[in-house]
Amino acid sequence: MSAPKPVVGNRPVAICSFAQSPSLRRVDQANEVEMLMPVIAEVFAKANMTKDDMGFICSGSTDYLIGGPFSFVMALDAVGVWPPKSESHVEMDAAWALYEAWVQLQEGVIDTALVYGFGKSSLGDLSRVLAMQLDPYTMGPLWPDQVSLAALQARALLDRGLSTEQEFAEIAARSRHDALKNPNAQVRNETPVAELLEEAYAVSPLRRHTLPPLSDAAAAVILVAGDRAYDVVDRPAWITGIDHRVETHAFGARDLAVSTSTAMAAKIAGVGNGPVDIAELHGPFAPQEVIVRQAIGLDDSVTINPSGGPLAANPMMAAGLIRMGEAASRIWDGSATRAVAHATSGPLLQQNLVCVLEGES
Amino acid sequence: MTERCAVIGIGQTYHKAKREDVSIAGLVREAARAALDDAGMDWGDIDAVVVGKAPDMFEGIMMPELYLASALGAVGKPMLRVHTAGSVGGSTAIVAAHLVQSGIHKRVLTVAFEKQSDSDAMWALSVPRPFSAPLLAGAGGYFAPIIRAYMHRSGAPNDVGMKVAVKDRLQALKNPYAHLHLPDISLKMVEESIMLWDPLHYLESCPSSDGAAAMVIASEDVAESTAKVTGRPPAWVHGTAMRSEPTMFAGRNQVNPQAGRDCAKDVYAQAGITNPRQQLDCAEVYVPFSWYEPMWLENLGFCDEGDGWKLTESGATALDGGDIPWNCSGGVLSSNPIGASGMLRFLEAALQVRNMAGEHQVEGASRALGHAYGGGSQFFSMWVVGSDKR
Repeated sequence: MSAPKPVVGNRPVAICSFAQSPSLRRVDQANEVEMLMPVIAEVFAKANMTKDDMGFICSGSTDYLIGGPFSFVMALDAVGVWPPKSESHVEMDAAWALYEAWVQLQEGVIDTALVYGFGKSSLGDLSRVLAMQLDPYTMGPLWPDQVSLAALQARALLDRGLSTEQEFAEIAARSRHDALKNPNAQVRNETPVAELLEEAYAVSPLRRHTLPPLSDAAAAVILVAGDRAYDVVDRPAWITGIDHRVETHAFGARDLAVSTSTAMAAKIAGVGNGPVDIAELHGPFAPQEVIVRQAIGLDDSVTINPSGGPLAANPMMAAGLIRMGEAASRIWDGSATRAVAHATSGPLLQQNLVCVLEGES
Repeated sequence: MTERCAVIGIGQTYHKAKREDVSIAGLVREAARAALDDAGMDWGDIDAVVVGKAPDMFEGIMMPELYLASALGAVGKPMLRVHTAGSVGGSTAIVAAHLVQSGIHKRVLTVAFEKQSDSDAMWALSVPRPFSAPLLAGAGGYFAPIIRAYMHRSGAPNDVGMKVAVKDRLQALKNPYAHLHLPDISLKMVEESIMLWDPLHYLESCPSSDGAAAMVIASEDVAESTAKVTGRPPAWVHGTAMRSEPTMFAGRNQVNPQAGRDCAKDVYAQAGITNPRQQLDCAEVYVPFSWYEPMWLENLGFCDEGDGWKLTESGATALDGGDIPWNCSGGVLSSNPIGASGMLRFLEAALQVRNMAGEHQVEGASRALGHAYGGGSQFFSMWVVGSDKR
């Protein structure tokens, strides 16, 4: 057994364990630490490891969901880092925390890392919260809500003839159907496309089914470098390529119907170097899946979001990491040999990360 | 497989209570542009950008790096945003260093900032939360009882903190970027300033500043070829370390935290340092409240436990005549753009070993420590830089 040679970086690193809490509209009975604790316990138990085995810990979260400073500070107590550990945090989706950990693993000084992310959208009005993410001088003061912004992007897509409302509905129907097999998903049902298309517009051209649910959840993965990965899992999900890129915040300066940052990241991560079996894409709004799929260059043979994807569960700051964990799970169970995971951050796909995972054939 | 890396560009703003002449984008750009100029580079030469700052509520913008992507020339590049509380400026530099040490990138721009005048840090730190006792006191109120515990344990006389306050402000007079320039500073002036949080007088506390810090960190080959062109030497990174400990743990020693001791041990081992007082020429250490100088002298192994105040009292940590000068730039006590404060420590350490610190230069400095801490003393980041490769 030997790991496939990575196209980015020089040391093979694999996702070897993954746990997530069920995505729920409202987790009332647990705060962030309590929501995270069983997830951390599970990700260690699955790997037969403990916090003492970790060379590095990195998390992703944002203060603006809890409405107070330092959301990550108490969250670290879910791990219980005593004696003290090497640890860091990104104010980003935890997919970028995984990237930071992967970078450190490249140096060969440490072999293991714990990565986690968490978010409770139920604590406030997410649309108002996310408006605080916009240009504070020219855009934020207008308080545009995230659905209206996503509608602008969907309109751009339709006007260019790159998609249809029918396709948006098909994506939603497929996501809900696939989520029936995912006990952690939130929106799980069998709804015919025709029925979805009878829904009223939330904001034209977006009907309610094209919107991601509001979710509370946490997720964690363990990364292991080199041959030690085989001690944890029979068929490690090797990261053979990973890259992320950002675009401008100025919507008017971007072509909203395409995602140049995703395309760049996909090219550098080497997506096109081989066939892709499945892809877990983090386009929270249905039209964004079309944009991301096109940018990565995935053809119709690729199974998209077998977990149900973000239209079935979209916990802020964890949904990107969950894409990576879900894609890795398909490598472990043998249903895929080469998988793509994508994560996004910021309004209208401003920042994107693409990761290629491979199992030995 | 850890590749060598070095600081080849340094920039910072003129730190002030209110930088009303610039937006946040203007503020970070001022520091970043200066760092690029120092490195003889332009925006297009940079492979990746790493941004750090303390809680977003300090400005009232969620994940402001997204809006700063264009201002920092990050469009089309990887951009990371680090947040590790007060230690963030240091952690951000370390994340940037790893991007080079791992061989992923060759030229990384790292920027940290805070524009405290856009919001109110005291408010942001004291937002009421369910099931938590409200602090309503900012950081000083949190640390004052810990300082009292230190005084009790060590038997330090009451005026040691005031001496640090005077020393750092005198040193700040030699740093044109420092926020506080108090030419008349004296023990009497500190003692007569109002008591904020016993035992901390007003002048024993850091100011609230607007400011940014930036560095260009490069691979060995780039650092060497750049130095040939610019004529300015690199500061080689000899070691980096981060450590965190739990918040709610009864076994913590907040006066002399285990995470700080472990972090120092790690970074010294990488840099080959066994006696920091002897082997380091100077240190830039995060001292936001005066008493943290003697406390961190002990935590960082510059003396035995209980002896930190004696070192301070003897003048050993003064730029003028001390054998191990601390915070020659004036330190956090003289400039505190919170998110940038840690990076300023790392950056000032690099300036010293490049022999580019101007009036506050320690003559012949070849090895220096940069240090930052955050939260309630549970997050630490440190690096050692040198004028020679290691």
